[in-house]
Amino acid sequence: MSKFTISRRGLLKSTAIAGVGIAAPTILTSRAWGYTNEPTGGTVTFGFNVPQTGAYADEGADELRAYQLAVEHINGEGDGGMLNTFSSKALRGNGVNGKKVVFVTGDTQTKSDAARASAKRMIEKDGAVMITGGSSSGVAIAVQGLCQDAGVIFMAGLTHSNDTTGKDKRANGFRHFFNTEMSGAALGPVLEKEFGKDRVAYHLTADYTWGWSQEGSIKKYSEQLGWQTQAAVRTPLGAGDFSQYITPVLNSGADVLVLNHYGRDMVNSLTQAVQFGLRDKQVNGKDFAIVVPLYSRLMAQGAGENVKGIYGSTNWHWSLQDEGSKAFVSSFGKKYGFPPSQAAHTTYCQALLYADAAQRAGTFRPSGVGAAMEGFKFDGLGNGPTEYRADDHQCFKDVLVVKGKENPTSKFDVLEVVEITPRAQVEYPASLLGGELGPYNDGA
Amino acid sequence: MDDILLQILNGLDKGGAYALIALGLTIIFGTLGVVNFAHGALFMLGAFCAVAVKSLLGFEKVVLDPTKLTAWGTPVEIRTPYIEAWFGDFGTQMLNFSVPVSIIIAIPVMLLVGIIMERGLIRHFYKRPHAEQILVTFGLAIVLQEIVKSQFGANPIPQPAPEIAKGMVDFGAMIGLQAGGVVYPAWRLIYFLFSLLVIGAVFSFLQFTTFGMVVRAGMADRETVGLLGIDIDRRFTIVFGIAAVVAGLAGVMYTPILSPDYHMGMDFLVLSFVVVVVGGMGSLPGAVVAGFLLGIVQSFASMNEVKAIIPGIDQIIIYLIAVVILLVRPRGLMGRKGVMEQ
Repeated sequence: MSKFTISRRGLLKSTAIAGVGIAAPTILTSRAWGYTNEPTGGTVTFGFNVPQTGAYADEGADELRAYQLAVEHINGEGDGGMLNTFSSKALRGNGVNGKKVVFVTGDTQTKSDAARASAKRMIEKDGAVMITGGSSSGVAIAVQGLCQDAGVIFMAGLTHSNDTTGKDKRANGFRHFFNTEMSGAALGPVLEKEFGKDRVAYHLTADYTWGWSQEGSIKKYSEQLGWQTQAAVRTPLGAGDFSQYITPVLNSGADVLVLNHYGRDMVNSLTQAVQFGLRDKQVNGKDFAIVVPLYSRLMAQGAGENVKGIYGSTNWHWSLQDEGSKAFVSSFGKKYGFPPSQAAHTTYCQALLYADAAQRAGTFRPSGVGAAMEGFKFDGLGNGPTEYRADDHQCFKDVLVVKGKENPTSKFDVLEVVEITPRAQVEYPASLLGGELGPYNDGA
Repeated sequence: MDDILLQILNGLDKGGAYALIALGLTIIFGTLGVVNFAHGALFMLGAFCAVAVKSLLGFEKVVLDPTKLTAWGTPVEIRTPYIEAWFGDFGTQMLNFSVPVSIIIAIPVMLLVGIIMERGLIRHFYKRPHAEQILVTFGLAIVLQEIVKSQFGANPIPQPAPEIAKGMVDFGAMIGLQAGGVVYPAWRLIYFLFSLLVIGAVFSFLQFTTFGMVVRAGMADRETVGLLGIDIDRRFTIVFGIAAVVAGLAGVMYTPILSPDYHMGMDFLVLSFVVVVVGGMGSLPGAVVAGFLLGIVQSFASMNEVKAIIPGIDQIIIYLIAVVILLVRPRGLMGRKGVMEQ
C-alpha cells in the first residue's frame, strides 16, 4: 500500500492548476477577454472613412452628411429619420448599448493605401470600433482586409464590384449596396423589353476590378438574351477624353454602347458618346442605344442633358415613395436643403444597421455584432424587404432600373425610376462569386 | 479607310489641345527658362472661366411657390435666369453661346493671372535650379486646383456647345468620299480650327511685331538685349501672360469636349511635357508639330486592330515614342543646341 504524501510546493502547484481550471470558463466569457477598441466609457466611436479629397470628394461629402444624420438619430436627436420606419425597434434613440455614439473621420482620397492608412489611424489612435464608408471597390476591398486583420467590423459604403462580397469577402465585412451581378440581372429584362433580342453590343470598360466585374455581368445577361458582343475595350482609368475609343464604335456595326464607367469617367465617356451622335444614330435599322450599368445621380448631374433617355441601374433614388425613403429624404432635405444621393442612403443605412445589430447583440464584439447581422431580415430602410445574407454578408433587396429624365424639373431631378426589380430576380447563390468568409476576428 | 480618317481627325482635335498647352509651356521655358508645372492649372483656370461666365450669365431669380412642396417639405423654387427675364430671346442666345462669349472674358482674366503669377512668384525662382522651379510651380498648381475645388466642387460641370455647333459634320462627303462614312462632331472640328488660329496668331505676333522681335532676341541672348537698354524683364512678364492666355483659351474651348473639373489640368500636364520634350525644349514649331503628331499616334494606338497586335499599347504609346525620339534625337524633333543642356 502506497502512502499518499504531499509537499508544500506540490500543494501550491495543484491549487494553482485547479484555480486556473475552474476560472477558465469565466475568463473566456468575461470582459477580461476583450476585443479591439472595446468601449469602456460612456461613448462608442464610429470611424467614417470617406473620400474628402480627390475625384469623389462630393460623393464623400454626401456620405459624411448622411453619417452625421445617422449619428444624430441614433443618439435621439433630430426627427429620427428612418429609425421611425425601420422594422427593428431595438434602437431607442439613446445611443447604442447605453453609450452615446461619437465619430471620427478619415479621408480615403479614393486610394487604397491612403484609405488603409486613415482606417488604421482611426482604429489604433481614435479607438473606432467600426469602420464604414468609401466610394470605390478597390478601396472597400483594401479596407475590408485591414478591418478583418485589426478585429473591427467594416460596413462598406458605395462599392459595386462583385468581389467585395465575392472572392474578397471577409467575415468582418458587410455590404448594403448592390453589386454588378444584380445590376446585370435587373437590367437584362428591361434591355430586352426596350431594345429587343437582336442587338450587337460594344463595351467600353474601365480597366480595374469594378469595370471588369461590371462588363462580365452585362455580357452574361445580355448574351443570355441573344445579344452579340462586338468588342469589349478596356480604357484607362481617368482617361479624360475617350474619343479615340468612341470613334471605332461609329462604323463597327454595333448598335448598343455599354459604358462600364463610373464617376468622372462615366460623365466624360457619356458626354463624348452623345457628342459623337451615338444617341441619335441608326444602325442595322435600329435606334442606337447607350447603357450606363451603374448610375449615380450625383455624377449624372455632371453629364447634364446627355443622360436623357440613357438606361442604367441604381441602388436607391430619392424619388421613391415608400415610407422609409420619404422619411430619409425629408430628414436629409430639411437639414441640408437638397435630396440625398444613393451614396448617402447606403451609408446612412449601414450606420443604422450596425448600431441596431450591436444593440440587439448587447455588445460591440465583432463576432457578436456579425452574428446579429447575419440572416437579419428587415424593412423600412427604403429598398423594401431586405436580408443580410449570412453566407456572404451581402444585402439582398429590390434593385432600381432608371433612365435619364427627358424633362427634369430641377438639377436633382435627373433620373426616373423605370422599374423596381424584385429581390427574387437579382438573387444568386453565394457560391457563384466564390471566396470564403473565414472566421470572425475580434482582435485585441 | 473611313476608320483611319476618323482617327486622324480625332488625333488632330486632341493634338490641338496638346499643341496649345505645349506652345505656352515652350514660350515660358524659352523666354524665362522656367519649367512651369502650373501650366496645366492655367488650362484648367481657362476652363473654369467658361464655367464662371455661364454661372454669371445664368444667375437666377428665385421665386418660391408655396403651393408646391419639395420632397422634404420646403416650397419649390422657380428659377429664371435674369438675363432671360431682361433680354428675352437675346438672353437665351447669350446663355447658348456662353462658351464662345467666355473667350472675351478669359483673355484679360488669364493675362492678369499670368502676370500676377510671374511677378508674384515665378520671378523669384529665375536663378534657382530647375528642381526648385518644378517644386514651386507644382505646389502652385495644387493650390490653384484646391481653390477651384472649394468654389466649384469636385464633380465635372457640364458646359454644352452652342446648339448650332452640337451636330455632326459629314466630313467624308465634304472631301468626296461616300456620304455618312466619316461623320465627326462639329465642335471638335471647330476646336481644331481654333487651335490653328491661336497657333497662327502666336507665331505671327512673335514673327511680325517689334515686340515679338525683341522677345525672340531676348530668347536668343537675354544679356545683350538688356545691354541695348531694353527692359526685357517687362516684356517677358507679358510673354508669360500671353502663354497663360493661350493655355486658358485652350481650356475654354475644350469645355464642351470635356466637362471641366478641378483636376483636368493635371491630366494634361504630363502629356504636355512629353510633347515639349519630343518637340524639342524651347522649340515653338517643335511643340506644335509634336502636339499634333502625338495626338494622332495616340488615336491610332487606340484602334482595336492595333490593340489586338500589341495589347495595352494605347496606354503607353506616347511615352514609348518619347523614349525612342530621345534615343535617336536627344534634343527632340526640333530642339535647339544648348537649351537645357548645361
